[in-house]
Amino acid sequence: MSRTDTVTYDSPDTRNLLDHTRQGVIGKPLDRPEGPLKVSGSATYSAEWKFDDCAEGVLVLATIAQGTVQRLHKQRVLDMPGVLAVLADEAMTRRSTQGTAGEAPVQGVHTVDYFAQPIALVVAETFEQARDAALALEVDYVESKSPIALDPESPDAEVEDPDNSETVEGGDLEKAMHDAAFAIDVEYRTPGHASAAMEPHATIAQWHGDRLELHGSYQMLAYNVKEIADCLSIDPEKVRIIAPYVGGGFGSKLGITHEAVAAAIAARQLKRPVRVVMSRQQVFETVMRRSETRQRVRLASDASGKLIGLGHEALVSNLPDEEFAEPVTQATEFLYGGENRLLKVEVARISRMTAGSVRAPGEAVGMQVLEAAMDELAEAVDIDPVELRKRNLPAKVPVEGTAYSSRMLVEALDQGAEAFGWDQRRPRPCQTREGDWWIGMGMASAARVNMLVPAEARVTLKADGAALVETDQTDIGTGSYAILGQIAGEMLGLPIDRVNVVLGDTSLPAGAGSGGSFGAISTGSAVMRACEAIRTTLSEALGCDTDALDLKDGTATSGDLSQSLSDLLGGNDIVETGKIEPGKTAEDFSQASYGAFFAEVAVHAFTGETRVRRMTGAFGFGRVLNAKTARSQCLGGMVWGIGSALTEELAFDLRDGHLVNHDLAEYHVPVHADVPAIEVILLEERDAAASPLQAKGVGELGICGAAGAITNAIYNACGARLRNFPMTLDKVIPHLPDPFAEVA
Amino acid sequence: MALPMSRASVNGTDHALPADPRRTLLDWLREDLGLTGTKKGCDHGQCGACTVLVDGRRINSCLSLAQLHDGDTIETIESIGSADNLSPLQKAFVTHDGFQCGYCTPGQICSAKAMMQELSEGWASAVSDDVTAAPDITREELRERMSGNLCRCGAYSNIIAALEEVLADAASERADA
Repeated sequence: MSRTDTVTYDSPDTRNLLDHTRQGVIGKPLDRPEGPLKVSGSATYSAEWKFDDCAEGVLVLATIAQGTVQRLHKQRVLDMPGVLAVLADEAMTRRSTQGTAGEAPVQGVHTVDYFAQPIALVVAETFEQARDAALALEVDYVESKSPIALDPESPDAEVEDPDNSETVEGGDLEKAMHDAAFAIDVEYRTPGHASAAMEPHATIAQWHGDRLELHGSYQMLAYNVKEIADCLSIDPEKVRIIAPYVGGGFGSKLGITHEAVAAAIAARQLKRPVRVVMSRQQVFETVMRRSETRQRVRLASDASGKLIGLGHEALVSNLPDEEFAEPVTQATEFLYGGENRLLKVEVARISRMTAGSVRAPGEAVGMQVLEAAMDELAEAVDIDPVELRKRNLPAKVPVEGTAYSSRMLVEALDQGAEAFGWDQRRPRPCQTREGDWWIGMGMASAARVNMLVPAEARVTLKADGAALVETDQTDIGTGSYAILGQIAGEMLGLPIDRVNVVLGDTSLPAGAGSGGSFGAISTGSAVMRACEAIRTTLSEALGCDTDALDLKDGTATSGDLSQSLSDLLGGNDIVETGKIEPGKTAEDFSQASYGAFFAEVAVHAFTGETRVRRMTGAFGFGRVLNAKTARSQCLGGMVWGIGSALTEELAFDLRDGHLVNHDLAEYHVPVHADVPAIEVILLEERDAAASPLQAKGVGELGICGAAGAITNAIYNACGARLRNFPMTLDKVIPHLPDPFAEVA
Repeated sequence: MALPMSRASVNGTDHALPADPRRTLLDWLREDLGLTGTKKGCDHGQCGACTVLVDGRRINSCLSLAQLHDGDTIETIESIGSADNLSPLQKAFVTHDGFQCGYCTPGQICSAKAMMQELSEGWASAVSDDVTAAPDITREELRERMSGNLCRCGAYSNIIAALEEVLADAASERADA
């Protein structure tokens, strides 16, 4: 019997179809199909498309933080060789859009909201001409007479409740803290972070009559079309975006960015294609930052370590009137017990570039702090940190009472601990010394909310028995090409080389886009549903119930009936578009991916330098769609955890508001030498409430708590309990024990 | 202005160097010769995405002006292997998933190719215990020597696994020979 599903996902699909299909490609660690293109340099990224007569644009950024542009001295620049135009159009954007905005961000480049905001675009025949002219452009400003604060912790900073998160309150936290056998009340800080995707933002814009075509680097094309159309006051139907390969995003390419809007305006004025590529510095300065946070964590436990109270309050920042506030307490809501609770986020209004989603907004910084505080509680209670977590897993979400869809946290803790050799850890700090290095171990839980979002995909089963999957879904390194092909291959009984996946073009059905770990499960579910419809047609042609249809290696079988797909199709293609939208399952269940991190570090007894020696992560996120690409997502997240723990920090000059470390020399992402052997354990799980695939998101899970494990390992190594990320040498040194003392 | 005789060999083909003295080797390769496999990640020698081989040595092509390469022999990712005819190093990157978004990948591969040559020539690194001895090919050595090539997707350990496979295969071939 075929399931008659509505588009919305209202009840868990417990049929678990992918465990009953026969092809055997789902979940397999297959190579990425686009791999050969990428390793040979023949995958075409945004700035690499060639168009005749393409002009080059370079953005000009403000050298004040707040005020207005009084005058651009255009003429001198227009007289320079090759210069075609100096644009300061009010349709150009001065702030970034948030993910899924679907509308224009704040426009108008005469007003300056933050240091290094775009104020103009210079266009010339060549890149070198445009760059020199942009540098030469003189600008007169009028500085704001009533500037807002540059520092979120300044007494002058206006602090508000954000629109995008609600305070969670239950019971009486103050009383619980008073009554507790053990109470931890600590304040942590995390700095701002940059996405720092390897490919700088770039767009080539061209007009075909009233139709705009963009080749660019974006994560969520269907939304980006609406955003740029709104910026330009044109019909979204007139916009096409092409982005088959995107050199990383990590949140920075969720919304349409400055260079795209500027390029489109320039191309319209000059009546020729215009390319605008941001410099690395411009990407850092104008695109998006993860907010810095100040977090107060209160943990009240009984004598056994069971939480009776939990407080997590955060101060984050953004520009005035921006809706987004880093949702720091997002996972704290459901991870541990403690009915007496207060979870709250406040946002300080300051003058810095727009704050928005950087990989795992909320959990990336919220979890590492919560997990560091939990380590402090474990020490106070004097129980093993793993055991403390296991004692605090509630049956239902505290306060709200929502049921969990599935939760592999205990399995992750146990299997991770065993693989890592956690039983070798010595519970007290400063117990293990190897030469000049203190050695320690730490752990943390991982948790990240799961989201299903609207998605469509078209699947064509061609007359020759090959399949074509088409959607505007992007692959930003996430593995979309691989997993969407595997889902179609599994559902239609085709070897993977008989499935072709075409992505990243808005002339195709709108996929979910890449963000929030939702791309694979959302667009994958749409592909699955399209394939289900094809299976129904095939079963009718074969003369059997859909449930009795077996598809494998291009042959349809049911009992004694058997026919090759090409015979069954009789020269015709079958084309189906699958759709899914979130429904009641999103409200009826608390859905999240879970895991556990274990880290061993060495801290230099004299310099305070920390080296991560090894890490293990164990993760449960529903069905694994491709064990190779899922593992790589987890690995990558843990590498981000190393950066967040030890090196990454946006540094702002509080005198004039400029970002001091605006490139990859000064903002330190982990390099090869910083990353040790990392072990990843993928736990097989089925979560019917999360998606028809039984899969949950994995793209961000690997970062959510990872830095906490490293921080806890630093404490275990040398006794430095630091509450100010990143744990750089200068912060560690004052807490180091006498390097010459006898090791106890 | 470029001298009339300013020419360089790129992937075996002779080309006149560009007239604009500001044009970097990277932009010349990408924009004038259409060799976009070499990537621009930072334009300041900070990320390694633009790594190419000049007379067999790896350099950041963004830090070098094209006109400085008169008479040089330049190899880019396109000369290492095409999508339908991958080199063993490229194949190993695919098998070990030594990339995700793919943007740093050509630079990683060009850098790795030169790095292996440096190893075979006995070059020491900052982590070599004895700078006069032939280097041990440890993971620590490989990581140190590849640290000029950033990967924000965090594929580092997969890249090292790919390099170890290629180095092991090369060693066994030498043993067989």
